[in-house]
Amino acid sequence: MLELKNLVVQYGAITALQDVSLRLDRGEIVTLIGGNGAGKTTTLRAISGLLRPRSGSIWYEGADITGRAVHKLVGRGLAHCPEGRMVFSNLTVIENLHMGAYLQRDRRVIQKELEFVLSLFPRLQERQEQLAGTLSGGEQQMLAIGRALMSQPRCLLLDEPSLGIAPLLTQAIFEKIAELNRVRGLTILLVEQNANLALSISHRAYVIECGRILLTGPAAEVKANPQIRDAYLGGA
Amino acid sequence: MPGWLNRSQLVLAAALLAAGVAQFLSNRLDSYVLSVAMGVGINIILASSLNLINGFTGQFSLGHAGFMAVGAYTAAVLTGKLAPQLQPIFGGHVELLFPFALIVGGLVAAVAGGLVGAPSLRLKGDYLAIVTLGFGEIIKVIFQNVEYVGGAKGLNAIPDYSNLFWVFGTTAITVYTVWALMNSTYGRGFLAVADDEIAAEAMGLNTTRYKMVAFVVGAFFAGIAGGLFAHLNNSINPSGFDFNKSIEIVVMVILGGMGRHTGVILAAILLTVLTELLRQFGDYRMVIYSLLLILLMLTRPQGLLIWPIRKSASRRTT
Repeated sequence: MLELKNLVVQYGAITALQDVSLRLDRGEIVTLIGGNGAGKTTTLRAISGLLRPRSGSIWYEGADITGRAVHKLVGRGLAHCPEGRMVFSNLTVIENLHMGAYLQRDRRVIQKELEFVLSLFPRLQERQEQLAGTLSGGEQQMLAIGRALMSQPRCLLLDEPSLGIAPLLTQAIFEKIAELNRVRGLTILLVEQNANLALSISHRAYVIECGRILLTGPAAEVKANPQIRDAYLGGA
Repeated sequence: MPGWLNRSQLVLAAALLAAGVAQFLSNRLDSYVLSVAMGVGINIILASSLNLINGFTGQFSLGHAGFMAVGAYTAAVLTGKLAPQLQPIFGGHVELLFPFALIVGGLVAAVAGGLVGAPSLRLKGDYLAIVTLGFGEIIKVIFQNVEYVGGAKGLNAIPDYSNLFWVFGTTAITVYTVWALMNSTYGRGFLAVADDEIAAEAMGLNTTRYKMVAFVVGAFFAGIAGGLFAHLNNSINPSGFDFNKSIEIVVMVILGGMGRHTGVILAAILLTVLTELLRQFGDYRMVIYSLLLILLMLTRPQGLLIWPIRKSASRRTT
């Protein structure tokens, strides 16, 4: 469904991604694990067109989308839920969700999608008319995911959904992510610091370090790898 | 929410009617009061249109006086130098020449807005401010050096077509347009761009196009305000559209509260009237004006009408 071929991304003279190749099949949850500055977020930003790769190519549903403008990809079912939540803090919860369905013109479809998102995250239902900037961190994350879902994506890029969120809420959010994949067959590329949690809901994983893919394999295998346990899973 | 459209259109119609009635009764008013009132209207147009760019869309433009100048000069040339050629087109309806000149002035200003916006709207924050600042100065220098429009002396003997009807009719249309735009689904995009450009882009918004629309529409109304200004003052010269004029409009938007409809209108009224009231202080006028501005900013940094705690989306109703 989504494939990166030998992707190189540079910030000025600094190389952030060096020859990154990865593949995402339909219906999979794939996790990208790595330390700070390894290139996880950069990879997602390159896929969704926020960054232009120096070389290499990105393929989505059989088409080359390298360097395609961000706003054009949303219409093709590729949604990016950016790091740090980035909700529209001066819009209400409902308005934020409507922004997610920006390209959708059919009101009935929007309404159906809205009901689905609100049933997925009942907390958002309670806070519909509140300005998004006044929500708690966890609620903002739910809103950001819900907003990304409003565009009815087939493939979701999810960047650090646990960032700055209480462990209990993180658990709840991850259950919702797994549920989305199970019930809707949504393909998800997940970037996460909390590798343990991410691996527990993923099918496969890639480990990235210093802009290179270090290893890849089924989630359980990666989780069992002693080297990875030491580096990312707290050695336990 | 069904019905809001009709109600706001009703308000617009009432405002237009009121402008007509005001014009009908205007001969009872002192001519000084009249000209101040029209100055207020023109500043409301300028501030509301800049509010679309600086407030709602979150771009920082410092060149609004430049667009105003383009509209002012275009309209003044149309009703002055080119009037003999244009009048036959309107046949017996010479009174239509003025609205025609205003609209053309607005359109030329909108084109100027597009020309400036296309390369510069990819810039953000301070950079955009500097580019628009430069544009304003360039416009001024161009008019200073074109003999056809009087060079540094400017244009004189512009017919005094501006009256309460035209000024406040246009004011009503401008305020209505900005208001209706911001309350539409399309308009939510402007707020999204202002809030977080990357997230807006990730939602599928073409953010550059949004910024262009805000810029072009804002420039259009600034151009119309320029035309009204020219036909109110009867003379214009390049130095009247300098950096200070742009700043004056920016101050109205900031004081009114960026992205607030009523607050910005109130600030435009307040600052225009204040400038007039302070005339009696002669040389100290600008000192007092500046002190009052500082005082207002210290006491109401969030804008005239915004209270610190607000619930839900009261933004677009206040």
